[in-house]
Formats: sequence, structure tokens, C-alpha cells
Amino acid sequence: MFADQNLPIIFAGLMALAVVVYAILDGYDLGVGILLPLNNDKHSDQMIASIGPFWDANETWLVLAVGLLLIAFPEAYNLVFKDLYIPAFALLIGLILRGVAFDFRTKVREVHKGKWNLIFKLGSLLASAAQGYMLGLYVMGFQSSLNAHLFAALSAVGVSCAYALIGATWLIMKTTDDLQGKAIHWAKRAGQVSVIGIVAVCLVNPLINPAVLDRWTTAPTAYFLAIIPITSFALLALGYTVLNRLPLKDDSGCWLPFVITVVLFLSCFSGLAFSYFPYIVPQQLTIWQAASAPESLRFILFGALVVIPCILAYTAFSYKVFWGKVEKLEYY
Amino acid sequence: MADVFLLSRLQFAANISFHILFPSISIALGWFLFYFKLRYLRSGHPVWMRTYRFWVKVFALTFALGVVSGITMSFQFGTNWPGFMATVGNIAGPLLGYEVLTAFFLEATFLGIMLFGINRVPPWVHTLATLIVAVGTTLSAFWIIVLNSWMHTPAGFEMRDGVAYATDWLAIIFNPSMPYRLMHVLLASGLTAAFLIAGISAYRIKHGDAKKAPKLALKSAVLVAAVLMPVQILVGDQHGLNTLEHQPQKVAAMEAAWETKQGLPLVLFALPDEKSRSNLAEVAIPNGASLILTHELHGEVKGLNEFAGKHPPVAPVFYAFRLMLATGMLMLVVAWFTSAKLLRGQNLSNAVLTALICMTFSGWVATIAGWYVTEIGRQPYLVSGVLTTADAVTDIAPGNVAFSLIGYLLTYALLLTAYIKTLFRMARNAVEIEEIQLSERRLQKGFVARANELEQAGV
Ligand code: HDD
Ligand code: HEM
Ligand code: HEM
Repeated sequence: MFADQNLPIIFAGLMALAVVVYAILDGYDLGVGILLPLNNDKHSDQMIASIGPFWDANETWLVLAVGLLLIAFPEAYNLVFKDLYIPAFALLIGLILRGVAFDFRTKVREVHKGKWNLIFKLGSLLASAAQGYMLGLYVMGFQSSLNAHLFAALSAVGVSCAYALIGATWLIMKTTDDLQGKAIHWAKRAGQVSVIGIVAVCLVNPLINPAVLDRWTTAPTAYFLAIIPITSFALLALGYTVLNRLPLKDDSGCWLPFVITVVLFLSCFSGLAFSYFPYIVPQQLTIWQAASAPESLRFILFGALVVIPCILAYTAFSYKVFWGKVEKLEYY
Repeated sequence: MADVFLLSRLQFAANISFHILFPSISIALGWFLFYFKLRYLRSGHPVWMRTYRFWVKVFALTFALGVVSGITMSFQFGTNWPGFMATVGNIAGPLLGYEVLTAFFLEATFLGIMLFGINRVPPWVHTLATLIVAVGTTLSAFWIIVLNSWMHTPAGFEMRDGVAYATDWLAIIFNPSMPYRLMHVLLASGLTAAFLIAGISAYRIKHGDAKKAPKLALKSAVLVAAVLMPVQILVGDQHGLNTLEHQPQKVAAMEAAWETKQGLPLVLFALPDEKSRSNLAEVAIPNGASLILTHELHGEVKGLNEFAGKHPPVAPVFYAFRLMLATGMLMLVVAWFTSAKLLRGQNLSNAVLTALICMTFSGWVATIAGWYVTEIGRQPYLVSGVLTTADAVTDIAPGNVAFSLIGYLLTYALLLTAYIKTLFRMARNAVEIEEIQLSERRLQKGFVARANELEQAGV
């Protein structure tokens, strides 16, 4: 089972898991940051309260994803981040600013609170856009043409909207009354733009990448793969209908949009993953070429197999503790 | 190339120096919080809860800064030092991985419960969460110190085609300098947090905060510092002896010993001069260094002449070492003097309070100085004897690195100012921060009766 040639696959799988969990979890808290209203203190307090207990653990999935890339595929790491140095820097600055603004906003003088709210919002936006930009350049195979950068910019908008979407659906689930109403409105808007983004990636990706086109159009894999876009668009349509009906009496179904969005994220991510596997850097490096020494991978794998279930268990515990609606910002 | 090298070094030094400021507080502050919480559980005395509530906020802020600057660190290895992972990645990778898996998730998740969950979980679960956070930060220090110590005293590996492969993980983890460095760093954190607590509490008392909470916090912190400081000196001495065995060139630089000598003097002050390879304006105690390092008056200590071309730059190591020692001695004097007063039940005079306020960040000074001794003392190597720093550097365009360096420096300047200002602002508003609402009181079942009693007695 843990034979040398299987280790890269296992680690690619773990990394994919970390990335998609990151995109969903930090996605909703970055999204909430992007949506933060600057003129309504009560709402912004509530929104922050809804992500307060989670954001730090959410971000840790990024550390894990980056760590796994560094540990298991160091060569790929070097290739990727050499090309993405500046966007990665922007991502880090964004994460730094929002991570601290979160705390400073409640501790500084009232007159400065607005400033830190703004920093929180802009930091979230910068981090999301930087991730989108990096994804765009990755899909374009790190070309430095104008087209590649235009596509990356489009992808930055798309990812920010997708995060805003999942953030809005999180708020629908965690809040009530007028803030919930606002969140439903945000979700619709963000959903519309996300559709455009998804369509764009679906079209551009096979066009610039013959191998991807091949994979998506050759039978029999194509039949299986067709499930992915079909599901995605069905989910989008379903989500839109649900949003139009909400809020329902006694708030039933408030969790539906969030769950639908999570499935949508999973589906889009698997679409991307299938396009490239087994390449870890498109057209340049496969997971086998990039992998580190088996002894080291095995050493970390044993730990991971013991620890990851524990992490999932106490993460579940923490979500259970903070289950239900947030009311006001309760600061320790 | 030289440009990228210099810029990457500056950037790495800036990032890690900024990062370590916050772990050096949060590692030990977590344990202080656990102690405050335990005292509250045992006595039901609201003053411990007030103390807890004030310091948990400081902890939250410190932790947040630690987390975000740490994320930057984990990107750094790959972006600026690709040769590091290419050569020793098989060893560094798993160690970093274990840190993420065993420590980061643990502390991050339970931090949520510790900060926001006090009304949602039973008191013992909250106390447990506090304990887990403290354990988590300490564990993460353990793993990163393992890696860092391995870079100083590598063991348990073999080189094949210029790449390090692990042969014995136990030897890697328990490499020769790890126990000393880990102890020294954890004690350093204890001292840093203790002086922070003492300083901020002194500031509150001096600004007329007559409550009991700052006095108790100050007393706990000063007593802890008074105990830890002598232990730190012992551990530091042993650490130095260990370094003498494994990295004699570093010790030679620390002592500015240009020539091998029997009966090496202890240089108190000098201006080490790299060109003439000698000290100017030297003030020294004869035979002092030999006595400390070999425990013999005429013991032989290797000088820098034995490592020509392969020893670190002398002046920064030499000055940083003296700065750490001087700060440590000052801490010892202040901690003992204040403890003596407190133990005799005397009031602290204004002068003592002012001294404590001035020492609020003394832990930072000593910690940074200590790291500079260690890290610069390892140069020109990144991993002793295995990989030089110059061989590990990236070939990214220098302009990009210059850009990011400036960005980081500006961000850090902003955040450091905001952090320090906010700490003192919180100290001024402490009373409001500590207030415990009635509704929360009710939830802390079992202690209510005792707490009300004490309240009525006027504490
Ligand atoms: C002796 C202690 C120590 C040292 C030398 C370092 N760290 Fe650190 N680090 C911690 C002690 C710590 C900590 C106490 O565990 C922190 C600080 C506050 C916190 O939230 O956790 C942390 C946070 C922290 C985080 C965020 C964790 C999270 O998401 O919760 C990362 C990614 C790193 N660190 C990475 C590094 C790297 C790559 C370092 C080396 C170059 C490094 N740290 C040096
Ligand atoms: C936390 C406290 C630390 C501080 C303040 C610190 C400081 C420094 C400084 C000043 C340098 C530059 C030396 C020179 O180039 O002359 C350096 C180098 C380096 N250190 Fe550390 N260090 C710390 C911890 C660590 C740890 C825990 C690791 C790894 C596990 C590490 C890895 C490195 C690397 C890779 C370099 C080479 C880059 C360079 O030369 O700038 N450091 N460090
Ligand atoms: C006064 C007695 C002290 C002695 C004899 C001492 C000794 C040492 C020595 C020899 C080193 C270099 C280790 C190496 O070879 O790499 C060192 C490093 C260091 N020192 Fe100290 N030290 C003292 C006090 C302090 C204090 C008060 C602090 C902080 C509060 C501190 C923090 C550090 C740190 C963070 C390092 C770098 C990490 C390490 O290598 O352990 N030291 N110390």
C-alpha cells in the first residue's frame, strides 16, 4: 500500500484535500471579510463574530497545503513560487493585514475602529484576489503574455466572487433578520458573477491547453468527466431558486445555500484536478518527477494518518460548540 | 546574484525577527493564563478571573500577530532559499510537517474555544482548552527548535549526490544541541512574558489603578522571573559549553578570540576589527574565558585563526552576545530586588515601578540578541558543514525581492507601533476590560456563591 511509487499519489491526494478544505473554510471567512459593510457597525460586529472562533484554524489549512507542497514536491514548489513570487507576497500581506485587523478593531479607540474595518475588508479582498490571480497564472502555465495576465485578472475577480458567495451563504446560515436579508442579496449577486468566472475557466482552460482538451473530449473518460460541469450548473440553478425563496418561516433551509456552495466548490475543484493529473506543474512536472525521498514521505505519512483524524475530530467539536446563530460579538 | 543574496538575507532576518517577537511572548503567556485560570477554579476569587480576562486579550492580539507573521515564514523557505529544501528538504520537510500537523491545528482550533467559548462550554472544558493552547504553542516551539538545532548540529543523515537523506530520525530529532537550545528558548519565553506582565501591571499601578488584579499579576510575574533567571544562566552556560564542542568557531567569535590561547581572557568590551584580526580598546579579565569555558584557569580555547575563511563575522556575534548577557544580568537584578521587596510585604516605590515599566520589552531585546548570536554565528553555513547560505539562495530578480522587502518592512513598522500602543491603551482601560457581566457569572456554576461572598467582603 505504501510502496514507493504510490507515495506521490497519496501525497497529491492529501494536498488536494488540504487545498479544497482551505478554499471552502478560509473561503467563507475571506468572503465575510470582503462583504464587511463599512457603514453598519452592528452588522460588521455580527459578521466578525460569526467567523471569530474559526478563522485561525481555517488559515492553518493553507499552511498545511503549502507545507505539503514543500515537503512532498519541493521541486514543484520552487517552480511555482518563482513565477508567483509577487502575487504570493500580495497574498501574505493581505493575510497579515486582515488577521490582525480582526483583533485591533475591537481594542483600539472607537475613532480608529473604522480604519481597521477598512483594513480588514481590503486585506480580505487582496488575499482573495491574489489567490485568484495565482490560480489564473497556474492554469495559463505561467506564461508572461498579456493574455495570461488578463486571464489571471479575470480569475482574481472570479475567485473573489466565489469567496464572497460562500461567505454570504455562511452568513445566511449564521444570522437572522435584516443581516440575513442582506446576505441573501449578496449571495445572488456574487453567484451571478461566479457563473461568468466558471464559464470562462471552462472555456479558456481547454483552449490553451491541448492536453486538457484531449482529456475532456476523449471517450470514455469524457463521459465521467461530463458529470462535473453538469453538476456544477445544476447546483448553480438550484442555488438560485433556493435563494429566491429564502427566508422561509422558522428559518428552515437556511443552511441549504451554504451546503450547495460547498458542493459547487468541490465540483469545480475536482474539474481542475482532473484536467491536470498527474501533472503538478502543468506541462512541466509530474508528481513522480517532483516527489521527495520515500523514507521522508513515509515518516511524515505515518504521523499524518494518526493526526489528521484527530484534527478532523476536534475541528468537528469546535463547530459543534459554536453551532447555531450568532447574536452579538461576544469577546472573551 | 550578490544582490538577491543580500536582499534575501535582509528579508529573512526581518521576517524572522518580527515573527519571534510574538511567539516569545505567547508560548509562556499561554502557561501564565492556564495558571490564572487554575487559581480561579481553585479559589473562586474573582480577582484571578479579572487577571485572566485582561491577559487573555493580550494573548489573543499577540497570537494573531504570531500566526500571520508565521505564515510568511513558511513561504520564505521555498521562495527565497530553494537550495535549502533541495539539499536538506528530506529532513527539514517532515519536521516542518509535524509542526503543522501536531501543533498548529491544535492551538488554532482550541484558541477559538478559549477566546469565544467561555459561555458555551463547561468551565473545565474551557480550562482544558486553555491548557491545550499552551501545550500547542510549546509543541510548535519544540519542532521548530528541533529543525533549527539540526541546522546547527546536523546528525542522523547521510549525503548522496549532494542531497541529505535521513538515516535515523531519533538522532535527527535529539541532535546534540537540541535539548540545550529548547530549554534556553523556553526559559527565554518565560522571562519575556514575565517582564511583559510585570511591566504592564506596573504601568497600571503607576497610573492609579488600585485594583488587586495588577498587583497579583505583577507579583506572580516577578517571582517567576526571579526563579527563571538563575536557571537561564545555568542553562546558557551549558549551552555555551555544548557549542564549544560542536561549533568552536562560533564561541571564538562570541569571545572575539582571534588566536588560540591557554588562559583566554574574558573580554568585557572591545571593538573587534576584522581587517587587523584583533581587538581595539579591549577591556578584559585575565583567564576569565578559559575559566568559564573549560572550568580551568589555563584551559586552551581555540581561536579564530584555526578557522580562517570559515568563521562568522565577529563583531555582530560579539556585540549581540554581550547585549544578551547584559540584559540578562539586568533582569536578574531587577527581578531579585523587586521580589525581595514583595516577599517582605513592602510597597513598591515609584522608582521600582518605573524600572519595571522600562523593562517591559527587555525580553525581546535579549531574545533577538540571542538569536543573532546563534544564527550569525553559524555563517557562512546555513546547515553547519553541509550547505552554505550562499548556495541556498534563489535566482529571482532582485527587484522583486527588494519590492517585497520594502513592503514587509512598512507593514511591520505599522503593526509593531499599533501593537505597543494598543497594549498600553488596554492597560489604561483595564478596569473596563476585566468587568465580568452577571450573565457570565451565572454560567460559571459552583463558584457563584463563593464569588458573591468575596465580593461582599469587598475584594
Ligand atoms: C521558539 C518559537 C518559534 C520559532 C523559532 C518560530 N516559531 Fe513560528 N510560531 C511559534 C513559535 C515559533 C508559535 C508560538 O507556535 C506561534 C506564534 C504565535 C502563534 O500563533 O503560534 C507560531 C506561529 C507560526 C505559524 C502560524 C501557525 C498557525 O497558523 O497557527 C507558522 C506558519 C509558523 N509559525 C512558521 C514558522 C517558521 C517557518 C519558523 C522558522 C523559520 C518559525 N515559525 C519560527
Ligand atoms: C526565531 C528566531 C530567529 C531569529 C531572530 C533568526 C535570525 C536570523 C538572522 C539574523 C539570520 C541572518 C544571518 C546572516 O545571514 O548573517 C538568519 C539566518 C537564517 N536562519 Fe534564522 N533566526 C531565527 C530562527 C530560525 C529558525 C527557527 C530557522 C529554521 C528552522 C531559521 C533558519 C534560518 C535560515 C534558513 C537562514 C538563512 C537565511 C539568511 O542567512 O538570512 N532561523 N536567522
Ligand atoms: C545571562 C545568561 C545567559 C547565558 C550564559 C546565555 C548563553 C547563550 C548562548 C551561549 C547562546 C548561543 C547558543 C549557540 O551557540 O547557538 C545563547 C543563545 C540565545 N539566548 Fe542566551 N544566554 C543568557 C541569557 C539569555 C536571556 C536572558 C535570554 C532571553 C530572555 C536569552 C535568549 C537567548 C536566545 C533566544 C538564544 C538563541 C537560541 C539558542 O541558540 O538557544 N539568553 N544564549
